Amino acid sequence: MPEALLYWLSWPLLVGGLLFFAAGSLGLLRFPDVYSRLHALTKADTLGLGLVVAGLSCRADSLLEVGQMLVIWLLVLASGATACQLLARQAREEHGDD
Amino acid sequence: MTEWLLDAVLALLLLALAGGALHARNRYAGVLLFIAFGLVLALIWARLGAPDLALAEAAIGAGLTGVLLLAALARQPAGSGAEGVSFARHRLAAAAVLVPLLMILLQGLDPLAEQRSPLPELATGALGQSGVSHPVTAVLLNYRAWDTLLELAVLLLALLGARQLGPARFEVERPWPLLRAWSRSLAPLLLLAGGYLLWSGSSAPGGAFQAGSLLAAGVVLLRLAGVLPALRWSFWPLRLLVLLGLLLFLAVAIACAWFGAGWLVYPDGWAKPLILVIEVAATLSIAASLSLLVVGEAREASA
Repeated sequence: MPEALLYWLSWPLLVGGLLFFAAGSLGLLRFPDVYSRLHALTKADTLGLGLVVAGLSCRADSLLEVGQMLVIWLLVLASGATACQLLARQAREEHGDD
Repeated sequence: MTEWLLDAVLALLLLALAGGALHARNRYAGVLLFIAFGLVLALIWARLGAPDLALAEAAIGAGLTGVLLLAALARQPAGSGAEGVSFARHRLAAAAVLVPLLMILLQGLDPLAEQRSPLPELATGALGQSGVSHPVTAVLLNYRAWDTLLELAVLLLALLGARQLGPARFEVERPWPLLRAWSRSLAPLLLLAGGYLLWSGSSAPGGAFQAGSLLAAGVVLLRLAGVLPALRWSFWPLRLLVLLGLLLFLAVAIACAWFGAGWLVYPDGWAKPLILVIEVAATLSIAASLSLLVVGEAREASA
């Protein structure tokens, strides 16, 4: 019974994650300036991937798989946040404070 | 059905990225598309059941080649954008050469379609004597060790050739504290992953080239963050490190030819330690060569 529950629980998480990825991609393409696009992109990375990892964790066979996915998520989280800051800073230095 | 869908999407994406990289409006976009192309290609190799190739493609094809292309782009004078990239005549000439070549090569691929190559059985059959338990590593460092030796020589020649083109003027502007902190926390992870890839190479996908490129990525990152001092060619341990892999490999080959059964035929029972030593030395050499290729050195004047 818990397996079936987890299986059904994973669906909204996965769909939610995919929605965040779609929204992030849309924002990356349509937003007007660098900072808004970075905002959209990092939301997709952190929240979207987090939800997908949560959804896949519900279906994982072992705790090891869950741990691996969590570590991947943490690494992407940290690198995404750092890259976002670096890109924003580069943009500010190139174009001034507008 | 879903797997088929995923494969089809990946294949179409690969073709679209290849086309995009070739016909991008400016070089920067082309380089970025090429990096994405490498990553998708790595995914496809993984889907085809070749994790060794996937790792190598992701680390070297997408990662290091991408960094090299970006570094080359940064050295271009500003404003030399898209001109002269597309000429109909050039394309016609390229097509005239490539289409016949493709037809000849496709004929050569024909036996592969039967899927009854004797090589996999031969490779796995002799695995017991090869000293390692992963067939790809056995092929690379035992059955076809000569090829790997020559690959190391090619890498060395590439580095020397790049040096002939003049000093790579690579200068670190004042690094941001954030980049510095991030590189400091990422470098140990890269070292760990590189060591793991090297060690697991004997029994699982991995090996010297992948591990070396991960180590090089760590060095480049630390150098960009200004944590490492400039890599100076005049510093003799660095030159020794670059040569170490090839020299050791050659020494083993010559010793095998002189005292043993023949050129690169490892004596019984010695295969595993010899392969391990060669792999470690090759990893260090590859890491040093690739880092030198990317971040070069400070100024020739300081040498």
